[in-house]
Amino acid sequence: MSREGIVNAVLLVGFVAVAAWAHFAGEPFTITLATRAAIFALAAVGLNFALGLGGLVSLGHAVFFGIGGYAMGILAFHAQNYTPLMEWPFAIPGTKVMPIIWLTAIVTAALAALVIGLLSLRTSGVYFIMITLAFGQMFFYFAISWSAYGGEDGLSIYIRNGFPGLNTLVPIQFFGICFVLLCAVLWFVSRMERSPFGLMLNAARQVPHRVETVGLDPQRAKLVAFVISGAITALAGALFADLNRFVSPTMFSWQTSGEIMIFVILGGVARLCGPVAGAALFVALEHWLGDLSDYWHIYLGLLLLLIVLFLRGGIVGFLAGRARAHD
Amino acid sequence: MSAVLIIEQVLNGLQAGVMLFLMAAGLTLIFGVMGLINLAHGSLYMIGAFVAAAVAGATGSFLLALAAAMAAAAIAGAIVEVAVIRRLYAAAHLDQVLATFALILIFTEGTRAIFGSFPLFLDTPDVLSGPVTLPGGIQYPLYRLVLIVAGLAVAAGLGLLIARTRIGIQIRAGENDREMVAALGVDISKLYTLVFALGAALAGLAGALVGAIQSVQIGMGEPVLILAFVVIVIGGIGSIKGALVGALIVGLTDTLGGIFLPELFKLFMEPSAATQTGASLSSMSIYVLMAIVLLYRPTGLFGARA
Repeated sequence: MSREGIVNAVLLVGFVAVAAWAHFAGEPFTITLATRAAIFALAAVGLNFALGLGGLVSLGHAVFFGIGGYAMGILAFHAQNYTPLMEWPFAIPGTKVMPIIWLTAIVTAALAALVIGLLSLRTSGVYFIMITLAFGQMFFYFAISWSAYGGEDGLSIYIRNGFPGLNTLVPIQFFGICFVLLCAVLWFVSRMERSPFGLMLNAARQVPHRVETVGLDPQRAKLVAFVISGAITALAGALFADLNRFVSPTMFSWQTSGEIMIFVILGGVARLCGPVAGAALFVALEHWLGDLSDYWHIYLGLLLLLIVLFLRGGIVGFLAGRARAHD
Repeated sequence: MSAVLIIEQVLNGLQAGVMLFLMAAGLTLIFGVMGLINLAHGSLYMIGAFVAAAVAGATGSFLLALAAAMAAAAIAGAIVEVAVIRRLYAAAHLDQVLATFALILIFTEGTRAIFGSFPLFLDTPDVLSGPVTLPGGIQYPLYRLVLIVAGLAVAAGLGLLIARTRIGIQIRAGENDREMVAALGVDISKLYTLVFALGAALAGLAGALVGAIQSVQIGMGEPVLILAFVVIVIGGIGSIKGALVGALIVGLTDTLGGIFLPELFKLFMEPSAATQTGASLSSMSIYVLMAIVLLYRPTGLFGARA
């Protein structure tokens, strides 16, 4: 096992250990924290796929996080009020079943990412950062003015949605769902990285014209990566909304985009489990520093600065050394 | 919908645009010369507003408050440039975004720690308060009119600085080829600090001027920062002319859209639905505008062709 493999295994086992300890010690709040970290990690794994592998610096991933959240919010809202989602051309009821919600979130976000990606990928560099930011703001303001679903106040869902065969109201069971999804997505991403598509994407990031020369389309590879990335982040958004039983336009805000990017960079760009380490550290800091001081963002900011200036490669880069070239 | 209302709103749009220009000019200079994305520019705007409110509260002088705001923002900018930003010029955009995001967190919480969470108020000076009657009998607040004039004056001054002075030549040369400029004996790191401080002072000035018509509060810089980014992206990054044109376009679109889109939709929708649709479309409109500009001109209206 490579050094990075060991770091990854320790990280994931650590997650389970913390949650299991909290379960047996009767500390449900710690389980909630671990769940929160797992969900943030999932969102960041999504961004890392576009950013690390595809080199697409998207400052608008809150769009997909929010779409996931609102997919959950809207479906559950209609289910709890017994109103149909739409009546024409055929009646669609709301739902409280998680897998259906997830599927809706993923498909909607993938469509949105397809449109946003088609438009945004015409630009590159700093213009790409800015246009994704602009799309984020568009969705943010749209959500604020969408009064049918709460507008600025957002939507509250009274009871957490269900998963067949499980009781999602038990913290450890909901944690289990989130963690299994995280692992499944990590497995999928690691397979993708080593697939011909992943190799092409890697090459498209580094030397697009050579990819073109051998007859492949680097732009299309980036677009596909953007769509997959958005879909993963949307899944995290749906889970996040379920964790809080609440969605609001904040999920679309550019600070959310910034935070998802922080998870990736704290942990290590383009490292498989970088986002996991980054999100876990962020949630831990948020909790501990938040207890110590009302102004914990100052310390978070200083830490981020130190990492950017002196620890390029993030936590995983620090622990596991430089990324290996491809096998 | 009377002509008076339309003229008033156009003036409001101009005023918003001119203030945006002060922000965008600094951003676009910093990006053009140093190649740096500075998300913390909004924090300098906030610092300007807070210092202006504090100084005006202590001394009662608005001019002194403006000078203090510019000085404080410029000093904060220079310190940040020397301590942090300088290490980022060679870094990837991603690192710049993250490091300046970290600076936002530090500045925001630092300001909250010093001034508290409650908004401060900065009054417009007595000589400039009250309405003025324009030709055609339109009543318009004098202070806003002064803002437009002051903003345009700063724009003209900046244009002269860039086009006519030695510093301006160095700045333009730095945009084109920084290594050559350094080789010709210009102290490039001093020039960078200067440009950064200049941009910061403009942001601080904008914060102080706008602080007198809005409340001075934590986080006031970020919405403006995003708008300023839209401005420089529309105008073309690095171009002062682009920043001015972009700022006026964005200011006018934002202001006029908020008034006229709901009215437009009322022509063929029921009033409440029209107000809602119009309001949501108007707050989205500048981002839509930016997306359209980027699609047709991927480097902005006045940007250098890639």
